[in-house]
Amino acid sequence: MDLHALGACLTTSACVVTQTTSGLIVGMLLFLVAAGVTLIFGVLKIVNFAHGTFYMLGGYVAYTALGVTDSYMLAVLAGALSMALFGVVFERALISRVYGSNVLMQLLICYAVVLIFDDLVKIVWGPEFHAMGMPQAFQVPPLFIAGGVVPPFYAVLIGIAALIAIVLGVGLSTTRLGKTVRAAAINAQMVSALGVNTTLLFAIVFAVGGGLAGLAGALAAPVRSLSPGMGFSVLIESFIVTVIGGMGSIAGALASALLIGLVRGFGTIGFPQFTDGLIYIVMIAILLLRPQGLFGRRL
Amino acid sequence: MSAVITRRTVLAAGTASLLAAPWVARAQANTLRIGMQSILSGPIALLGTSSRNALMMEQDRINAAGGFLGRQIEIVYRDSKGQPQEAARIARELVNSSGCELLIDAEASSASFAVQEVVRSLDVACIHTNSETSSLTADPKIRAPTAFRVARQGVHDAVAGSIYLAEYASAKKLNKWATCSPDYAYGRDTTAQYLQFFKQFKPDLEVITEAWPKLGQPDFTEVITKLIQAKPQALFTLLYAGDLSAFVNQGNIYALFAQMAVATPNVDYPVLAAIKNLPAGIQSATRYLETFPDTPANKEWGQAYFKKWNERPTNWSWQNTVAMQFYEQAIKKANALGGKALAAALTGMKINTPFGVDGTITMRDDHTTIGYAIGWGQTIPKEPFIVDVKAADWGKIIELETEWKKQQKYI
Repeated sequence: MDLHALGACLTTSACVVTQTTSGLIVGMLLFLVAAGVTLIFGVLKIVNFAHGTFYMLGGYVAYTALGVTDSYMLAVLAGALSMALFGVVFERALISRVYGSNVLMQLLICYAVVLIFDDLVKIVWGPEFHAMGMPQAFQVPPLFIAGGVVPPFYAVLIGIAALIAIVLGVGLSTTRLGKTVRAAAINAQMVSALGVNTTLLFAIVFAVGGGLAGLAGALAAPVRSLSPGMGFSVLIESFIVTVIGGMGSIAGALASALLIGLVRGFGTIGFPQFTDGLIYIVMIAILLLRPQGLFGRRL
Repeated sequence: MSAVITRRTVLAAGTASLLAAPWVARAQANTLRIGMQSILSGPIALLGTSSRNALMMEQDRINAAGGFLGRQIEIVYRDSKGQPQEAARIARELVNSSGCELLIDAEASSASFAVQEVVRSLDVACIHTNSETSSLTADPKIRAPTAFRVARQGVHDAVAGSIYLAEYASAKKLNKWATCSPDYAYGRDTTAQYLQFFKQFKPDLEVITEAWPKLGQPDFTEVITKLIQAKPQALFTLLYAGDLSAFVNQGNIYALFAQMAVATPNVDYPVLAAIKNLPAGIQSATRYLETFPDTPANKEWGQAYFKKWNERPTNWSWQNTVAMQFYEQAIKKANALGGKALAAALTGMKINTPFGVDGTITMRDDHTTIGYAIGWGQTIPKEPFIVDVKAADWGKIIELETEWKKQQKYI
């Protein structure tokens, strides 16, 4: 524990700017993954343990697409759209068969998908790690704001993730589709009885969830190593985000992802040996005070 | 032709199988099986796959030259995923059920210690090819009578690296250092070992901050920004494989490498090749380098490997190659395959090999190799990736290793 270093950091604008940016980028990428988990749980009551696979495949598809097109933008689109499509196939072919069944059956299917796709990635891309490399446009020196370091690439990623958070929030609260999704989250049977095609609705929810995870994997690919099984590393944290934020709440996912990012950013200075532990302590504290999570409905 | 299988056909096939069985068994018995286990899947599968590639080349070479004691060899590969319990089970299974008469343990350290205990209970020779933890062979209580190590050793690397880095730090006046190593036994123990020797050669060295990211951590951003905030003059890191690649790629966008000098002993060809925009001027050890030792034999081996596998070899590749070279010479000398006979032959053996700093590597009495190429240089973004390589002084390494062994009460 180094509270002196933490105090010194919090009173220095350079350190506050740098660590806040660092927390925001970790938090925003986490939000993109966790938003899908929470959306799928909110509407379908399915805990998608295979969600990390979407993140992993999004990164790999983007890596290959960049090699083919030489365009990072197209690579990101390929990663996101292919995972949206994969989300539909996953929901229709597998998950739709276990709606309402034992949670262990859902877990078994998700775990099987994780193992199968980890092995397929090994066959297609090889067992070793790959690095995409930074797109040419972002190979520029970092910005210095109030003495703090802000990489332009991260500023863009934070902007994209923030935009998606706004679109999701506005879309869910103002559009007809969004309202239907929210209604289905409360009572899917009633929504179906009112004539809404819930089969299509559920597929759309999986497409959005999978697409967001694929987008996160593709956006992060220039700076994170791609390796089989990499989805697991983000899965645990995205579940923590979902639990802290409140199961099924997009706003909660955003708030808790940012909270975890900032805990990581400043925790690494004040508690360098205990940063991971700190996240769980925050989770326990929040759940003791609000068992339903920050934005969750009381069960 | 009728596709119906009659009772007569089945009986005929069964009889033929029974008659053929002894021939098949005899052919199998004549083949000498060598068990190899390693991490062949997961984030550090490179360790296992590059070991296996080298062994497959050795199998071809040895079989073309007549095999061992006139028998063709067949290497049996198993994936332990790096789990110690699984590694121990596989080692026993390879000998007791798969009929392997020799073992190559290409595991990382945690699993090698488990394999060592299995080997202790069997009369079989085993060569550890990838474990770098010094105590595996240095500690007489852990050392096993028929188990040997053909791999670089942590204490050797720590002495060689510390001498080089102390000279570099003194020349550049770099006193304030930071460390960033993976948060598990290897990262913590080896960092401590490096710092112990480093401070011995440069007493004014000050470590002003430490970072311990988890192995396989996807994002190093908070670690990088923490290092930047601490403003060290130089950074020492033991990150490796995909973690090192991610750290460099993420460090690049914070211009980390312009703000501090960086030193690492853990770069291999595939890592160097995978890192896009490799910064120039990182002080780096040569795990395996085609240009060090700068001999035709080393270059020829490196290029043959590249031609066969379309990728560059790793440190683990040469170590596994040398293990087979030691087995080859020891079997010729002992004219036997038993653990005790081979142990006697291997102890003190010196072989000619492209990977020795002077063209030879010796298996010392404490079952570990010395004389392999250790060098330090600096990175450039293109091949050969590391230039201005200075060879380590083996006399100094052994002198300080002996002191360290006395401190540890190993001797």
